[in-house]
Amino acid sequence: MCLSIPARVLAIEKEEMARVSVRGVETLVSLQLVENVKPDDYVLVHTGYALQRLSEEEAMESLKVLKELDDAMDDLEDIPE
Amino acid sequence: MHIIDIVAMDKNISLNHGSGGKLTHQLISDVFLKYFHNETLDQLTDAALLHIPESRIAFTTDSFVVDPIFFPGGNIGKLAVCGTVNDLAVSGARPLYLSASFIIEEGLSMETLDTIAKSMAEEAHAAGVKIVTGDTKVVAHGQCDKVFINTAGIGVVSGPHEKIATGMNVKPGDKIIINGDIADHGMAILCERENLKFKTDIQSDCACLNSLIDSVLETEPGAVKFMRDATRGGLATVLCELAGERKVGVELDEESLPISEPVLGVCDLLGFDPLYIANEGKVVLVVDGDRSEKVLNQMRKHPLGKNSNIIGEVVDDHNGMVLLHTDVGGSRIVDMLAGDQLPRIC
Amino acid sequence: MKAMEVFDAFRDRRTVENLAGEIRKISKKSIVLMEVCGGHTMAIQKYGLPALLPETVTLKSGPGCPVCVTSQSYINRAIAYCRLDDVILTTYGDLIRVPGSSSSLEKERARGRDVRIVYSSLDALQIAKEHPDKKVVFLGVGFETTAPTTAATIIRADADKISNFFVYSAHKVMPPVMGKLVDEGVKINGYIAPGHVSTITGSGIYKDIAGKYGLGCVVSGFEPVDILNSVLMLVKQFEAGEPKVEIEYTRAVLPEGNKKAQQLLYEVFEHRDDWWRGLDVIPKSGLGIRDKYASFDAEKKIEVEVEETKENPGCICGEILKGLKNPRQCKLFARGCDPSNPVGACMVSHEGACHAYYRYSSHG
Repeated sequence: MCLSIPARVLAIEKEEMARVSVRGVETLVSLQLVENVKPDDYVLVHTGYALQRLSEEEAMESLKVLKELDDAMDDLEDIPE
Repeated sequence: MHIIDIVAMDKNISLNHGSGGKLTHQLISDVFLKYFHNETLDQLTDAALLHIPESRIAFTTDSFVVDPIFFPGGNIGKLAVCGTVNDLAVSGARPLYLSASFIIEEGLSMETLDTIAKSMAEEAHAAGVKIVTGDTKVVAHGQCDKVFINTAGIGVVSGPHEKIATGMNVKPGDKIIINGDIADHGMAILCERENLKFKTDIQSDCACLNSLIDSVLETEPGAVKFMRDATRGGLATVLCELAGERKVGVELDEESLPISEPVLGVCDLLGFDPLYIANEGKVVLVVDGDRSEKVLNQMRKHPLGKNSNIIGEVVDDHNGMVLLHTDVGGSRIVDMLAGDQLPRIC
Repeated sequence: MKAMEVFDAFRDRRTVENLAGEIRKISKKSIVLMEVCGGHTMAIQKYGLPALLPETVTLKSGPGCPVCVTSQSYINRAIAYCRLDDVILTTYGDLIRVPGSSSSLEKERARGRDVRIVYSSLDALQIAKEHPDKKVVFLGVGFETTAPTTAATIIRADADKISNFFVYSAHKVMPPVMGKLVDEGVKINGYIAPGHVSTITGSGIYKDIAGKYGLGCVVSGFEPVDILNSVLMLVKQFEAGEPKVEIEYTRAVLPEGNKKAQQLLYEVFEHRDDWWRGLDVIPKSGLGIRDKYASFDAEKKIEVEVEETKENPGCICGEILKGLKNPRQCKLFARGCDPSNPVGACMVSHEGACHAYYRYSSHG
């Protein structure tokens, strides 16, 4: 369900907490539900908890496939009518 | 008596300060007169006798109960002056005089009241208005929240500007302009409330807009058809009111909306829509389509208008409704909210 | 590309336009897709996506809003808790306006009861630590995205030996309701599966939906590119007659999900039968606190008298939640039931169908 947003991990704090930043807004979240999170990782934040580490690699992979669609559309547009 | 003697004697406001006797007079002279003083107020008559130029009078009032009373970018006093000055200014009036009434909770520190009064005087001075009359009451602990302020204001409206408040000349083709980033004030207040624990740089945009508005009305006479300040309920409420009252359609372009990254961040975190968040230094103008670029350039020259942008237009379609063209090419209706937005999980 | 730019690229206008174009090209047969997540309902509305889709594609909103499916008796019990002098009731904002039989949490707060909106269950625990003389009851509502966070907070409360923190669970799980809808005859051709539920559970939970019911399930993210991409994937499956489970939201969802979160979730909670508004009892669709953590269970530890449930006979929230009727067919719609005075949950919640309809149609 719902409202979770990408946040960048700034620092790991005590008691399984981390300081994170969402577009420059800093807040503390709990890392109880995740493992191996390091500063500069991106995590999904939901009601004060990190739910999962976000994979930049997978995101780039998805975007690559979408880029192919973009290019295909560009090619279509180039075809003179 | 010097303020330091008061502080030495009474660090906090007590019920005696509101009883009308010696302590009341001391409070008035040592806090309010000290900062607000002018020929009229100094006479301390029951009513201020004023000279009003031959003109139509604009008259407004507002009460301020904001919590917390101090927030990044301002305090309740600054808000009380700017809010009323702005209500006059967006109606096309030149603000002249304010009244200031205080309901103070017993136990409020003198230092707090002093800071608030000082802010009010500074804002009033910068806006070119005089605080000419007022009132002070003190209530028992728990009967109000620290301090409540009411300000009423008088201004004068000249002929050509009389139709601005109602917007009766608004028509399809007119453009909609706002003077800068939205949702700063509401978010600054929200983040200051300790239970949210968000650390941000967001500052309230609280400011008197009369000099910005004057510069537009003078350099582009007749171009402005309607103005309203986007306070409670935010930009969306102003536009819904415009569409509903003037029975026109309004189209809003999300991509042109000025909004800061941190505000977007808090909105993302809490699930808020920035369109509905309060502003205290933002005016929405509806401007003749052909002159909108000139008005925009004029606004951008002013310190309170640097991020001004044309954000939409009035159309002859879906009359009474506001349509938002989203960042990604979709569209949706923007309606009035039923109540306050609340932090959501969904 | 900086990381945030990568994630923001899922809001890219051009990509959205191209996806919409591709859907228009491929979609020949009429297809009805249901999303069962309030976050998806909101995102679809917020970005105005229906305007971009061809007429062949219909998006339906299902019972993915935990507020909408919460029973009136749950609210009545929550109200009963907050009326106890030694209780501080803590809740997410979503629940505060949901009507009970004769009141709501918002109304109780206006009458002076200690009802506090929190952003996190950890805030509720903190309140319990700061008020050892009071009982702090936290309303645990939400699906598999939120339930693990409640579980983690209970575990923390246990570790910190806090004895005045209680949870009243309304947590539910997704897959049973997805099957039940089809059993009840709701006509759909595929599911836009919830993204953040799946972050926790993984995608295996939808295997039966695809296998037994022949409905494609694509786990979707919440950005406009995610949603349109998921629609495209579902349309492709449908046109080819090949329903399956796929993950669109690969940057956040692993097929096996978040094992640690699952472990913590089922350490504290176990499945139980639960009542869903409009759908009656669905077996093993709710989450109750295990005996091991009974000391944190409000239902077991705090006795109250609960007002009888009194559903308004005119309210058809149930049928609307299933997508069988639309809000305009409700006798109470805009005639006694509106966002300022909601009768049923569908009007309270921003994702509720009635609330959305009201906002679109209030000016005719």
